[in-house]
Amino acid sequence: MSTVLETKPASFVQVLSPDGSVVDRDLLPNLSDDQLRQLMYRMVFTRTWDQRAVKLTRQGRLGFYAPVSGQEASMLASEFATNEEDFILPGYRDIPQCVFHGWPMYQAFLYSRGHQHGGEVPEGVNILPPQIIIGAQIVQASGVAMAFKLKGERRVALTYTGDGGSSQGDFYEGVNFAGAFKLPAVFIVQNNQFAISVPVRLQTAAETLAQKAVAAGIPGIQVDGMDALAVYAVTKEAVDRARAGEGPTLIETVTFRYGPHTMSGDDPTRYRTKDLESEWEIRDPLVRFRKYLESKNLWTESDENQAIEDGKNAVTEALKQADSHPKMSVPHLIDSMFAELPAKLKAQKEEYLASREVK
Amino acid sequence: MAQMTLIQAVTNALDLELARDKNVLVFGEDVGHNGGVFRVTEGLQKKYGVNRVFDTPLAESGIGGLATGLAIQGFRPVAEIQFFGFVFETMDQIAGQASRMRYRTNGRYHCPIVYRAPYGGGIKAPELHSDNLEGLFAQSPGMKVVIPSNPYDAKGLLISAIRDDDPVLFLEHMKLHRSFRQEVPDEAYTVPLGVANVVREGKDVTVVAYGAMVQTALKAADEWAKSAGIQAEVIDLRTISPLDTETIVKSVKKTHRAVVVQEAQKSAGIAAEVVAQINENALYHLEAPVIRIAPPDTVFAFPMIEDEWIPDVNTVKHGLETVMSL
Ligand SMILES: Cc1ncc(C[n+]2csc(CCOP(=O)(O)OP(=O)(O)O)c2C)c(N)n1
Repeated sequence: MSTVLETKPASFVQVLSPDGSVVDRDLLPNLSDDQLRQLMYRMVFTRTWDQRAVKLTRQGRLGFYAPVSGQEASMLASEFATNEEDFILPGYRDIPQCVFHGWPMYQAFLYSRGHQHGGEVPEGVNILPPQIIIGAQIVQASGVAMAFKLKGERRVALTYTGDGGSSQGDFYEGVNFAGAFKLPAVFIVQNNQFAISVPVRLQTAAETLAQKAVAAGIPGIQVDGMDALAVYAVTKEAVDRARAGEGPTLIETVTFRYGPHTMSGDDPTRYRTKDLESEWEIRDPLVRFRKYLESKNLWTESDENQAIEDGKNAVTEALKQADSHPKMSVPHLIDSMFAELPAKLKAQKEEYLASREVK
Repeated sequence: MAQMTLIQAVTNALDLELARDKNVLVFGEDVGHNGGVFRVTEGLQKKYGVNRVFDTPLAESGIGGLATGLAIQGFRPVAEIQFFGFVFETMDQIAGQASRMRYRTNGRYHCPIVYRAPYGGGIKAPELHSDNLEGLFAQSPGMKVVIPSNPYDAKGLLISAIRDDDPVLFLEHMKLHRSFRQEVPDEAYTVPLGVANVVREGKDVTVVAYGAMVQTALKAADEWAKSAGIQAEVIDLRTISPLDTETIVKSVKKTHRAVVVQEAQKSAGIAAEVVAQINENALYHLEAPVIRIAPPDTVFAFPMIEDEWIPDVNTVKHGLETVMSL
């Protein structure tokens, strides 16, 4: 495979057209039939889970939730290009990547409900919990990547933000540091067209978000974020480059979120038209990839049903596990502030317990 | 007169000031077309145009710096920080830059900026949305920090803040956003900055509070009056910096006992300053030590336990019981 970054630096990388036909054979990634099926499985599973999560949030059974439908290729095909030991620094929407990188779904649910155990990432799972402060993860990614470089570990730091996030000072700083220190980092900007209500054209005068790499002196590339194979191909190359010590890459995945910004009161009809939504639905990442796989006889209706079934069951299971997890408590919160509890906090813990006795 | 929520009162204040003074500008993330995530700026862009009410790129430091630059050129920016937990991103522009402008230019430039931000617990927002970070700004010389506890004050204080010639942080407690309505006059009026308000008169003990804790303190005082026959005087600080020491001291000299309630974690905060002021100005009038009712020194609790972490009517009553028994 010729390298995407060398051959296509200024273009919009696409492997599959919306009808599922291959537009660029040279870029077809080297994935086995099983891997192709696995990637499709993850996307269908995630869409099912997302639809369930939206309902559960409406019912008050989950807390904070940012829907992901429309962004499955951007999220899952990029994560698919990493190894287990690579480290992901996610934003608040990037729950699927974390779960497929090993974060138990019930912990994602506890995180959503605002339970400390949600963020207690199990040993061996290489992620941070989702970041709320937009941009904070970008600078941290450079730190994680530098650690890998200093320790001589062939690992990569992968971080995500959105089109809006690419306006933050922290974004420029993180990308610039990675370039200056030639770090094994991959920065993915998921351009889903809106930062809550603000369209990308109000974020920047830059023609693409990928071109923000130019000033940092690192490769930047824009890819069709509704095309799983394009996202995979580009991310794989960026991850391989990083692992080989060739430095960071900035990737812009051009995509769309079908749902509201989050489930906390956002109403997309206030800032975007139905026409725009339909325009994007035509490029749907699942439809496109399914057509491609069907043309190769790699995906059947029963595969589809299985993924949906599994998605539903996984949510049900995770919910049960989250429900049965012991409730978080204030004394525990106090205990978790420091390695060793200072005397003052010990006293406050007593005070807290005493003040709750009058009821 | 109309019945307004705190949000409506803030919208109304912005509307009146935009109409009154062409130098007033309103901007921030999602405040333009969308009218803000809480709809505080709803309709204002339509009415005043995109040059005066506008969306910014997503960058709080950019918003803060824009405000500083505009202010020294004669505008009166009202900049929104979408949630107060994001203020760290623009800490330098507020506390390091705008609040020092008058001093470092010896009065040649000044920054009549209002930074508005929703904050406060009780609505189960994700982490770094609800945090009570007002203490950081009360510790920033050159800044005023205003926290209304009701719709009437919100409108009058915001108008004062916009007309003030120095930077003012104006915090809108999310639990109070729509929790109750109040009669609010249609026309513009001001509530002075730096002046506390006695919201319940009493002779036995003084309760000092601000923000959402004022409602909590009032409820506790009413219940305590019924069950124990003790009359608490409740003071709503309204401005936490500069503090209205006079009103507090006057009340304490009358009641001889005080508790201070704050939603922020306990140490080095506003409550500590209130206690220090009482010590410095009314120590010999006290019959008991002044106590603080505040959450422990942790980060703002995650949503699952925020209701337990935040002081409630019972914890305030417990505090009252303690000072009365000393
Ligand atoms: C520092 C900071 N500022 C503002 C916010 C509030 N906020 C949450 S999401 C969002 C829009 C983000 O848009 P984008 O980066 O495009 O990502 P998307 O949500 O579309 O995935 C905003 C303004 C925040 N969480 N952190």
